[in-house]
Amino acid sequence: MLNGLRLHSGRAAQPAPNDSAISVRRLHKRYAKVDALRSVSFDVRAGTTTALLGGNGAGKTTTLSMLLGVLLPTGGTIHVLGCDVLRERHRVLPRMNFTSPYVDLPKRLTVRENLRVFADLYGVYDPRERIAELAARFDLAALLKRPYGELSAGQRTRVSLAKALLNHPEVLLLDEPTASLDPDIADRMRTYLEDYQRSTGCTMLLASHNMGEVERMCADVIMLRAGIVVDQGAPAELIERYGRQTMEEVFLDIARGATADSDAAELAS
Amino acid sequence: MSASVQALSRQAGLGPSLRRIRALVMRHAFLLLKSWPRIVSMAYYPTVTMVLWAFVTLYLAPSNSFLRDAPGFFIGAVLLWDVLFRGQLGVSLTFVEEMYSRNLGNLFVSPLRLHELIAGQLAMSVMRTVIGVGGACVFAWLLFRYSIFSMGLPLVAFFTCLLAFGWSIGLAVSAMLLRFGLGAEELAWAAIFLVAPVSGVYYPIDVLPGALQTIAYALPPAYVFEGMRAVLLHGTFRADYLIDAAVLDLVFIGLGALLFAAAVHSARVRGTLLQMGE
Repeated sequence: MLNGLRLHSGRAAQPAPNDSAISVRRLHKRYAKVDALRSVSFDVRAGTTTALLGGNGAGKTTTLSMLLGVLLPTGGTIHVLGCDVLRERHRVLPRMNFTSPYVDLPKRLTVRENLRVFADLYGVYDPRERIAELAARFDLAALLKRPYGELSAGQRTRVSLAKALLNHPEVLLLDEPTASLDPDIADRMRTYLEDYQRSTGCTMLLASHNMGEVERMCADVIMLRAGIVVDQGAPAELIERYGRQTMEEVFLDIARGATADSDAAELAS
Repeated sequence: MSASVQALSRQAGLGPSLRRIRALVMRHAFLLLKSWPRIVSMAYYPTVTMVLWAFVTLYLAPSNSFLRDAPGFFIGAVLLWDVLFRGQLGVSLTFVEEMYSRNLGNLFVSPLRLHELIAGQLAMSVMRTVIGVGGACVFAWLLFRYSIFSMGLPLVAFFTCLLAFGWSIGLAVSAMLLRFGLGAEELAWAAIFLVAPVSGVYYPIDVLPGALQTIAYALPPAYVFEGMRAVLLHGTFRADYLIDAAVLDLVFIGLGALLFAAAVHSARVRGTLLQMGE
């Protein structure tokens, strides 16, 4: 049984369930002679956090990029909050946000200037108040006047996360959101994201290599390998299905090509 | 969390669009205005070039009837050429800055639309041009008592036409940067010099060979600089030149914007927008 996640890799297109915040159908991306993503379909239930997992080159960033509309698929459809991302992404982008350690903010602007610019880009009603609120929440008050480029990697991650929450997004795409953070700050970030989701009903799609984080935050997991969805389900279900103790072990099994059936057989023998 | 901060303004319409353009301008203005070396460097080159041509004029004027009749010719020409150059640089360097900052990904996943990004680049171009050429104009007055405003109202027309052509080249350069990455950064500085020989900045177009004259008259600067010569040497304003330049400007800006839009589309197909950087 899947827990909230509906996934139809390789099947014919199906209508999105009404409670899906993200609905992907037969998504395909081909670069020259390489298929980066092959007929991937899934739904993400509104108000839940879903993990997008896979090794390097599995297709996580490709999927996130297409959800944001900055990468065009070769085939397939994407709906976010009911909007067709490929046709009308500017209708839904104000209701989304994104953070990734691989996309920087301008380094010579101060933290406050950066947040102010993005608050205006996203049409935040009262930028000063929102920035003050996020600064307090993410312990950024002392950093507001410092250039972004002078911050440590962990501080930058916090600023990027604050930027991603400026517009009270209904859908948040998180690419390794706690990378570079010490365990204390990372825990506070996760707690904030959980609180934020509880209070707003935000839908989150999380690409992460931190399996503890996935187990804690995610109701559902999508496992990608070589551009194909190879498995899916709630973390507890996957752990049980593969006969493992942790998501880390499940991840290694899947990334190395094992299947739930072969693992169960191995366990039985 | 208060209701006021939860509320987002409407995202469609002119107001939100102008706010997003303002945000982009603010982003670059923050960068520019806090660094006096950047501001000085913008005015430095136009000023030094102006001083150089002013001394050439002082040297040649006693023995040259042309320069005796129009002593401000070279200074006016070099200042107007810098309007074109700064106008182009303003667009291209604004884009280069986003690439250096690895900020393109953030911009393209935000509600900012392509035409708003272009409008922001053009606004920054005006700001950079006014700072750069304005500084040189001030020095031209202080050092040589030459005022470019002595050209009168035609100056506004010349300024606008040259700036607009600079924008079109700037958009084309931005497209190249998006397609080939920062390896093409030199284009931002060098592209405009390709049209310098056929712009007629320092000499009339009729000194060019026939084929080059055809090319020259297919570009707006030839009309602007011929118009400048008519004002300075004969005291006449050639409206026909201005109209030709303006029509060509519209064509070239359209082409530049199309090229830029095509480069953005290509980057979305190739998936390079999130990775673009140093």
